Order: sequence, then C-alpha cells, then structure tokens
Amino acid sequence: MNAMSNPFFTRSGWLYLAILAAILLVVFPLALDPFRLNLVGKYLTYAFVALGLVLCWGHGGILSLGQGVFFGLGGYCMAMFLKLEASSPENTAIQSTPGIPDFMDWNQVTALPWWWEPFRSLPFALFAVIAVPVIFAFIIGFAMFTRRVGGVYFAIITQAVAAILTILIIGQQGYTGGVNGITDLRTLLGWDIRTNDAKTILYFVCAGLLIASLLLSQAVHVSKFGRLLIAIRDKEDRVRFSGYNVAAFKIFVFCFAAALAAIGGAMFTLQVGFMSPSFVGIVPSIEMVIFAAVGGRLSLFGAIYGTLLVNYAKTSFSESFPELWLFAMGGLFIAVVMAFPDGIAGLYNRYLAPHIARLLGTMRKRDAEGHSLANPAE
Amino acid sequence: MIGDYTYSEFFSILAMQGFAGLILFSVFVLMALGLAIIFGQMGVINMAHGEFMILGAYVTYLCSNFVSNYAPALFPIYFFVAMALAFLASFALGVLVEWAMIRHLYKRPLDTLLATWGLSLVLQQLYRSVFGAREVGVTLPDWLMGSVALTDIVEVPINGLFVMGLTLAITVAVYFIMFRSGWGKRVRAVMQNRIMAGAVGIDTRRVDRMTFGLGCGIAGIAGAAFTMIGSTGPTAGQLYIVDTFLVVVFGGAASLLGTIASAFTISQAQSTMEFFMSGSMAKVLTLLTVVIILMLRPQGLFTLKIRQ
Repeated sequence: MNAMSNPFFTRSGWLYLAILAAILLVVFPLALDPFRLNLVGKYLTYAFVALGLVLCWGHGGILSLGQGVFFGLGGYCMAMFLKLEASSPENTAIQSTPGIPDFMDWNQVTALPWWWEPFRSLPFALFAVIAVPVIFAFIIGFAMFTRRVGGVYFAIITQAVAAILTILIIGQQGYTGGVNGITDLRTLLGWDIRTNDAKTILYFVCAGLLIASLLLSQAVHVSKFGRLLIAIRDKEDRVRFSGYNVAAFKIFVFCFAAALAAIGGAMFTLQVGFMSPSFVGIVPSIEMVIFAAVGGRLSLFGAIYGTLLVNYAKTSFSESFPELWLFAMGGLFIAVVMAFPDGIAGLYNRYLAPHIARLLGTMRKRDAEGHSLANPAE
Repeated sequence: MIGDYTYSEFFSILAMQGFAGLILFSVFVLMALGLAIIFGQMGVINMAHGEFMILGAYVTYLCSNFVSNYAPALFPIYFFVAMALAFLASFALGVLVEWAMIRHLYKRPLDTLLATWGLSLVLQQLYRSVFGAREVGVTLPDWLMGSVALTDIVEVPINGLFVMGLTLAITVAVYFIMFRSGWGKRVRAVMQNRIMAGAVGIDTRRVDRMTFGLGCGIAGIAGAAFTMIGSTGPTAGQLYIVDTFLVVVFGGAASLLGTIASAFTISQAQSTMEFFMSGSMAKVLTLLTVVIILMLRPQGLFTLKIRQ
C-alpha cells in the first residue's frame, strides 16, 4: 500500500502515452481521408466506454452489461439539444405544429413535452449529458451495492435495465423518436456539424477528450482509491472488515464509468449525427465489454487499442463478408475468455515488453503490476 | 357495466388474457427450468440457453418435414419423436460445450457469461447459414388444430392446452429427477458441498457434465414446444433470454417452486397489463417491477436455507 511512492506513470507509461497521442492526433488525421477519420472518431467514442469498463470491471470486478444505457443517455441528451436547434419554427414550417421535432409531429404530439424544454439551452444539455447517466448509475449502484448484490446478479440486472430502456425508447416513439432514434441533426449553435471540416474538428475534440479521460482514469488507478478497488475485487470481505465502506467505493467507480460512457455517447451523437436505441440495448452493451476484454481488461491503453481493433475488424468484415462477422465476433468472445484473459495488453506484456525494454534500456524497473502497459505498435 | 363492456364480457376478456398469460407462462417455465438447473445448481450463466432452445425447435422442424415427406401415416404422432430427438440433440451439444468450454471456467462465472454469449452468436449465425434468415414454422397435425369453446365468448386453442400439459409433465419429471432420484441427490450434494461430495465418492465432473447436459436438453424440449405456438428464427432465442434469467433470479436461483411461482407472476402480470396498455409499456412495467423487487430482495422470492 505505498500509494505515495506510486508514480503517475512509469517512464515507459509516458512513452506509451506519447505514442498513443501521436497515433490519434497526428498519424490518423494525416493518413486517413475525412470519411475514414470520422469512422475512427466513431470508434473512439466506444473507447470512452471501454476505459470505464477497465476501471469498473477489470480493476473493480463489477461487470456491468448495461454500459450502453449510459452511452445512450449521454447521446440522447446531446441529440435532444441538437434536435431542438434543428427544429426551429422556420425549418419545420410544413409541420402541422411547427417548432417541435419532426417525429413528434408524425406521432400526433402537438406540444413539446415539459422535460424537453430545458434542452433548449446548451449549458443545461452539456450538464445533463453527465448528470443524467450519473444519477441513474447512482440509483442502480446504491440500490445494489448497499445490499451487497454483486457478480453475476449485478450483470443480469444491468442487462435487464438495458433491455427495459430499449423497449421504453422504442415504445414511446412520440417522445423519443422510437426505433429510428433522433435523426437529422444539423447544427451546434449555428455551426454546421455535417461538413467535413466540422467532422475533422470534432474528431480532434473527441481524441483530446479521450486522452484527458485516459489521464483521469489513470489518476484514479494510481490513487489510493485505485488500490482499494483492486483489493475489493480480490477480497471484498477483508476490505470491509478493515473498516472501509465497500459499497461507496463501488458506487463511485460505477458512476465514474457511467460518466465516461456518457461523454462517449455525446461525442458519438455529434460525430455521427444521430442517436438511436440500437446503441442502448443488450447487444451493443455486451459488445462494449468485449472491446475492453480484447484490449486487456486491466489496461487503460489496451482498452483504446482493443476498441479500435475490434471496430476496425467489424467494419471491414461487415463490408466484405457480412455472414462471417458473427462467427468472428463469437469466436473472439470465446477466445478472449479461454485463451487470452488479459487481452492484447497481456500478450504484449508477456512477449514484447521485455524485448523492447532490453532494446531501449530505459525500463529500469517495471511497474509492479505492469497493468497500465499496452501494445503501442497496434 | 365497466366502460363499454358488460360484466360477462369483461370477465371473458380477463379469462382469455389469463389464458394467453398461461401459454407465456408455459414457455417461461420450460425455458427457466433448464436455466434454473444450470444456474441454480451449478452457478453457471448460460447466455446461449436460448440457442439451445432454438436447436430443439429446428430439430422439430426437420422432423416435421421429414415425416410429412416420407411417412405421412405417422404424421399425427411425429411430435413425440421430434421432442425426444430435440432433447437428445440439445443434450449432446450441451455435454460437448461443457467439455470444451464450461469446465475450464467454473471458477470464473463472469467469464462464462461472456464465453457463452460468444457461443450464442456463433450458433445464431450457424442457424442462419443452414436454415436461412427467415422464420420457419411446423405444420401441426389435425388433432392439435382448432380450439375448444368454453362459453359463448371464451375459446381456448388446443395447441396451447397441449403445451400446458407438456409443461406440467416436464415439471413433474424434473421434480422427480432432482428430488426423488439418486442422480438428483448427487447433483444436489455436489452443489451444496463439492469437496465433501467428491470425498464420498461422487464423480463431481461427471455430475457437472450431466447436469449441464440435462439443462440444455430441457431447453431443447422447450424449443420443440415453442414451435407449436410460434415460428422459429435464428434470433428467436435471444428475445427470451433476459426475461428467463429474470424469472430464475426472481424466483430464487436454487428453488424449483420459486422458478415456477415467478414465471407465473411475471407472465400473468405482463399479459393482464397488455390489455390495459400497449404491449411495450406492459413489458417495461413488468420488468421494472421485477428489477425493483430484486433490488430490495436480491435473494429472490424463495430461498433454500443452507449454510453458505
């Protein structure tokens, strides 16, 4: 428990950070055309979720199968603001009730519901992007962790929550846009987000936020809290008997992961231009877990590379062999559990890291756990 | 008078909604029985359970096609053969999966969940490649068609009655296997204390494998029954998996009675509410209530009193 002597990053950690930043901020923007860059930006929004899962699941042992809920809530809060801006009375003059979103008009809703009203203001919408999912996560976490529900029960219940929210959004299409979601988003405070220039700028915002989130997560990881989190995962009762409030720690990390997922969701909406229930339900939520698992459930860097890799594979498979994709995805789930429980980061640490260390001669002492290392060559 | 309905009409509607709920209840019980054995007795989360059920459904579909093409005389009774084959197919696949995958993961329940999810994706795509993406249905023999009129308004379909009878028979069979046979005693002994069970000479690995196989086999029968009331598609299993897990957890993981009681509560609540509001809101309210009750009472409705 030498939290004080634990440096923020080891020297190799700083190197990995520099490589990641170079890849995201220099290599991708120079090498990819705007369409592909936007696609990478979309992948990066999932990496926010994966970062949260590394802390929550890898370090804390809490497997949430409902991260899509928080991703979706964040995305919907952003989409509601953008939709209201796109639905000005001038733009919607042909509707029977001008000034409300088009899907409301199609569903015979004649007035904006009261809970849509505050989303006319950008500061409120940005606040809600974080606050709504965090409050929701707090309620779930408080109800479950103070009653010491954990493990598979928690996983099943979060999955049920994801199912409930999806059915609710699809069922209430007059208020939520239903199965199509909230589409046709145009401007952010008058700035057209659909142009290539805007998408490039949004990509940089997204990558910057992701690196900031990574640093924040690392700060949590190296703090005393991060140590306690791992202790809770490994021997919950012992931590409890040492006098710590285990439930409070679990609630915090669950809310933290929810907040990261929500930022990802908001960035998704901005870059892709719509939000729909297909990013909320059971299937996307469990896919987000596999992003973190492939990268290495203990590694923050690994989570980002894993997300990029799986999504890249998904896109290229779906383009050329759509029928093979589910086989590949299913096989990936099985392989990552049976053969590589520590994912890419685990493979890197075992096989590549020692060679690189010898090569560079820089790694004088390895980080005790070797957790936060990943493969920068991906 | 209630609204526009007379009392007799109102009660008839309630009775018919209740009967629709009973069919849903049968499907829940059949799926949840297998799951309760695997999850309750072994602590393994089998996310591919729905796909085992669909395997049974496809076996029944194949049997139906085979019999109507080559042995039309046997058509009225083909269903019983199909059910046995569905059980065997799912049982065999279950044993294989236990041997290849599950046995390595008993100490990591969360990882079992992810691995079996992967398995379910593979199976879904396999079904899609073999049987096509479109839903298939079986032809029912004549004696299962039609309905019985109880009063002027209330009619109950015969296939629904048959599925209910089947559910009852299988539930009784599972009860006898688990609580009245030597094999069931061994299963419960392994569940309660694996080390002691091994020490008194029970082959715990074999028991694990057979238990998993039995749970999957029951899912196969559930699939066979499922073909009588709905059509079968590659992803039909996934639609029920979350509901079924909630049924099992809500009932109290290791309790057979609890599983049945919670399946009854959830299915009746859902089908009764469907009459008063849209289907999706009925489902949302039902699931939400279950989740809230589970947050207040995590151990479920019924619990076994054993020392942990």
